[in-house]
Amino acid sequence: MTSSPTALLLPLAALFVAFFLAPLMVLLALSLSADTAGTSLTAANYLKFFTDRFNYSILWDTLLLGVKATLVCLVFGYPIAWICARASARWQSVLVFLVILPILTSVVVRTFAWIVILGRQGVLNQVALALHLTQEPLRLLYTEPGVIMVLAQVQMPLMVLPILAVLTKIDPNLADASRVLGAGEWRTLWRVTLPLSLPGVIAGCILTYSACVTAFVTQTLIGGARLIYMPLHIYQQAIGANNWPFAAAISVIFMIAVLAAVALLTLIGRKSETYGGA
Amino acid sequence: MAAPRHAIDWEALSLRLIFGALAAIAIVFLVGPTLIMLLTSFTASQSLKFPPDGLSLRWYLALLDADQMQAAAWNSLVVAFWTTVLSVVLGTAAALGIARGRSALARACDVLFMSPLLLPALAFGFAALIFIHKLGFSPNIPFLVLGHVVVCVPFVLRTTIAALSQLDPALLDASYSLGGGRLMTFRRVTLPLIAPGLGAGAFLAFMASFDNVPVSLFLADERTEMLPIHLWQQIETNLDVRTAAVSGLIVMFTLLLMLLAERLAGLTRQMR
Repeated sequence: MTSSPTALLLPLAALFVAFFLAPLMVLLALSLSADTAGTSLTAANYLKFFTDRFNYSILWDTLLLGVKATLVCLVFGYPIAWICARASARWQSVLVFLVILPILTSVVVRTFAWIVILGRQGVLNQVALALHLTQEPLRLLYTEPGVIMVLAQVQMPLMVLPILAVLTKIDPNLADASRVLGAGEWRTLWRVTLPLSLPGVIAGCILTYSACVTAFVTQTLIGGARLIYMPLHIYQQAIGANNWPFAAAISVIFMIAVLAAVALLTLIGRKSETYGGA
Repeated sequence: MAAPRHAIDWEALSLRLIFGALAAIAIVFLVGPTLIMLLTSFTASQSLKFPPDGLSLRWYLALLDADQMQAAAWNSLVVAFWTTVLSVVLGTAAALGIARGRSALARACDVLFMSPLLLPALAFGFAALIFIHKLGFSPNIPFLVLGHVVVCVPFVLRTTIAALSQLDPALLDASYSLGGGRLMTFRRVTLPLIAPGLGAGAFLAFMASFDNVPVSLFLADERTEMLPIHLWQQIETNLDVRTAAVSGLIVMFTLLLMLLAERLAGLTRQMR
């Protein structure tokens, strides 16, 4: 038993070194060169990105899009997890099934479903017109609110599942103790349950955020050609403009930005754990 | 309890109402679109309108002649199959190594193997394309499968490591002391006990590969069209009702597999 664990890791480790780390190194190298052959070292691609408003505003829009979609997921996802954790075993299975159903249905299919709903003659506009909430059809497709709405639906399970995992592990006696000591339901939620479930919230936010910012299919189909986010920008530069060094630089910048956001969330999680002390 | 009872009840009620309403909206939001699309795919008319003008199977029947789509679906199934096989074999071995190993190496590998879940897959797909070109190759199916394994293996790892952590080490000791070798213990004790976790992971990996766009976008060669990319292009260019029919088939196929996975591996338990 002593030597086997390392040996078992080797096959996958070899694949990751050869086909994950090596490509990323090549990407980094290419981003620092002037042409695809990679002859001379230069920082020009990065300078080009950060001196051009068009470029860095795409990065900013993408990172912000992730924040907005993640917040929507949290506001709706936490109550689902909370109710799920209190439901009987049978209902819990049903609810979890409903929650994971969308994440397992193809993203292209789910996004396509939204086009049927959000279009000018879509379900949502029909309802809004029938209820006289609006005089003319709302523009929902190809707008940022539309993208946020669809992203929230598509990625919601990534928020619910980690929160649910933590909520089911919390000792129910703690909430009872809080109530016995005179705290109301809201206060118990705010001071006991929420702080204790924070690791799940942070884990959910990390998964949702990184999925939302990189959701190429949803961003392109709902956002259209006018709303450009980082994944489409990389794709356009790589395949459309055939400018590989610049596309590589955008990829590196995007990866570092996503990792920084994840690191920030992890840090907040650690801080809150030591602060909560529970 | 000195506090007046009805005051506490109001508070409990308001919390339940607000959380209940938010959860109800979210559930409708989660399930509704798929249902609406499913119903729309049975339309008798030329347009994707909901509610559909009359019901028919004409768009499903039209799929029988859609050669391009059928070829794309077949390619996606083949790639998803090989991705799942490789992910399960490599992932199980690595999960055993991570769950048993206490070394810094095991922990570093854990982080490394999980990182494709967080990194932008599109950037990885592009990096893999550059890498393949630098090696003097062009994109082909084996490379595509390897790329899919990198982004799908985390699903197998996650559920398998979780299953292994539930495994009572005393059972392994019992097997060893009764003279069971390492291989026999794995086959007769460990494997049956982690099978549900492994099965759930395999199912997730299969679905993730079948649905993958960002990696296939760069690593599929020109002649090999993958189903999600074909659908993505169809939706971007013309809203063909046949696309809805394919989507309907995918939804039904997924649902069937999910029910099967729930029955065999307790999917909902594994995902928590």
